[in-house]
Amino acid sequence: MTYRNPPTTPRKSATFDDYTLSEIRRAAATGIYDIRGAGAKRKLPHFDDLLFLGASISRYPLEGYRERCDTSVVLGSRHAKKPIELKIPITIAGMSFGSLSGPAKEALGRGATLSGTSTTTGDGGMTEEERGHSQTLVYQYLPSRYGMNPRDLRRADAIEIVVGQGAKPGGGGMLLGQKISDRVAEMRTLPKGIDQRSASRHPDWTGPDDLEIKILELREITDWEKPIYVKVGGARPYYDTALAVKSGADVVVIDGMQGGTAATQEVFIENVGQPTLACIRPAVQALQDLGMHRKVQLIVSGGIRNGADVAKALALGVDAVSIGTAALVALGDNDPRWEADYNELGTTAGAYDDWHEGRDPAGITTQDPELMKRVDPIAAGRRLANYLKVMTLEAQTIARACGKNSLHNLEPEDLVALTIEAAAMAGVPLAGTNWIPGKNGF
Amino acid sequence: MPAINVSKALDQSHASRVFDLSEMPLRELNQALHNLTPGSNETAWEVLHPKGSHSVAVGVDQPITIDVRGSVGYYCGGMNDGSSITVHGSAGPGVGENMMSGSITVKGDASQYAGATGKGGLLVIEGNASSRCGISMKGIDIVVQGNIGHMSAFMAQSGNLVVLGDAGDALGDSIYEARLFVRGKVESLGADCIAKEMRPEHLELLQGLLDRAGVTGVKAAEFKRYGSARTLYNFNIDNADAY
Repeated sequence: MTYRNPPTTPRKSATFDDYTLSEIRRAAATGIYDIRGAGAKRKLPHFDDLLFLGASISRYPLEGYRERCDTSVVLGSRHAKKPIELKIPITIAGMSFGSLSGPAKEALGRGATLSGTSTTTGDGGMTEEERGHSQTLVYQYLPSRYGMNPRDLRRADAIEIVVGQGAKPGGGGMLLGQKISDRVAEMRTLPKGIDQRSASRHPDWTGPDDLEIKILELREITDWEKPIYVKVGGARPYYDTALAVKSGADVVVIDGMQGGTAATQEVFIENVGQPTLACIRPAVQALQDLGMHRKVQLIVSGGIRNGADVAKALALGVDAVSIGTAALVALGDNDPRWEADYNELGTTAGAYDDWHEGRDPAGITTQDPELMKRVDPIAAGRRLANYLKVMTLEAQTIARACGKNSLHNLEPEDLVALTIEAAAMAGVPLAGTNWIPGKNGF
Repeated sequence: MPAINVSKALDQSHASRVFDLSEMPLRELNQALHNLTPGSNETAWEVLHPKGSHSVAVGVDQPITIDVRGSVGYYCGGMNDGSSITVHGSAGPGVGENMMSGSITVKGDASQYAGATGKGGLLVIEGNASSRCGISMKGIDIVVQGNIGHMSAFMAQSGNLVVLGDAGDALGDSIYEARLFVRGKVESLGADCIAKEMRPEHLELLQGLLDRAGVTGVKAAEFKRYGSARTLYNFNIDNADAY
């Protein structure tokens, strides 16, 4: 009997993991960077790394089903004659008609309206379906200015000047030829079927001094009625917030890197910008330093999934959150019922992110007339409303347990962190200690 | 009940409504302009002492005339939809930005981004326009009687830009379907912008634009036409150097 040396177990590199190897092969075969939808997929410090303390001897709770816990929020009270009042502090983020199908946009409007909250246009202008089905509609003012016109500006309930978004701070919109249908092309004044790459900078202003003048113009055009939001990607949250306030914004919107996009380079999504959790405290600090916390409202988005995330964001000083990806999932995005179709596209339910290709089995990120029939706007709107209701109830459950009669009374003192990273980013103590990294000199 | 002097009332309605910005705030001017309804008799407006004010006569949506006596700051006539504005002076950045229809004439020079993202109407600059003139234009017609600066007609989607003088660097970079007509020298063309043949329909179109802009003594045949080579419309790795 011959002796054989025991074999070693085949070992794959942590650096060159399967995904990395596949991406190198894909790049070598095609010569083009990978484009996809959604936000950062890598693991990041997030709200999961925070816990609420709840009630104890020194803090007493509210009765779960009997004592009121307010969820309403007013946005735009700083300068606007007509601020908007929402029943819940969860809004629907900007997503364009073009990237989304008409029925999907309608469903977002229906769901938001049933829930007493707002929805938002996107890089394709305002559609009649969207305006008609959205009680409160925020109109985005983007670098591309596709479809921008004074009539829609005046029939919007608020205006959101988009400087950037979390998936790609510094990048412009992208809508590839497959999705430029006749109607989308018409709305954007572009030839059908071309790859549309929106500008990354606004065409007629640069920097905070210009922005102040631009905001003045928009206020003058709309007779100072509409709240004006300024949305930025999670890049330099302290200074971006301070400069937005200086420029005259009523509301600052910060979108962390988990925030989704319709189409952007993978390398951009995963490597530019900061996690949502890292953006909140600097933004709140900027508002506090300027004496504007709660006077200028702060909306945060990027990876908000449930009522606990809502409650944690609010406890850190945010006035409202915004959801995009989660809202699409509520409508039916990545639903396992279409697994066979996902398999045909070389993916699986839960991982599908080639939203730019326009072949979405769920009929949401497409302009294909057959696929979009898979979205029933009434039923999908109802699902979104249900989901928003659950998130709100969850956030209230936590707030009552912390003894708060309003979601906005949650505070950083209600939180601890599970990791040193999250403790440093959120500015709350590491669980079991009184240590907040970076505070008190160490 | 006092008798109404009909002839006097008519006289007043036809006189210009004068708004002196050294005495009245900008807000009152724009609000008064927005309060106009179709068929209003107040069809002639005059704005005195603008002194570089921003956002003069923005968002006007009635077919009135507005004479601005002096120079204005940013965004004069922004989102104009149907009015005819004349600036008897120079204009700051973004004059006529996102214009929908109507016309704006600047007797002097215009700063950056004149006519940016304009969807329609006619913008005439009798002097020079600075950089990024007609940036992202979407259907507006722009006639500049002097020169224009660099990066003009960047990502221009639709409409016509006519320049009687010279154009700066990178004209028409990443242009879509807008047409550019330049009579003088072009410092350089931007990515995917090329000189194109001037066919009879272009000569006719250009002559019409010159006529509408009140330009005389200049022939359409003196211009060259520039537009998109359309090579960047869909991504091709072999064009990567141009991106």
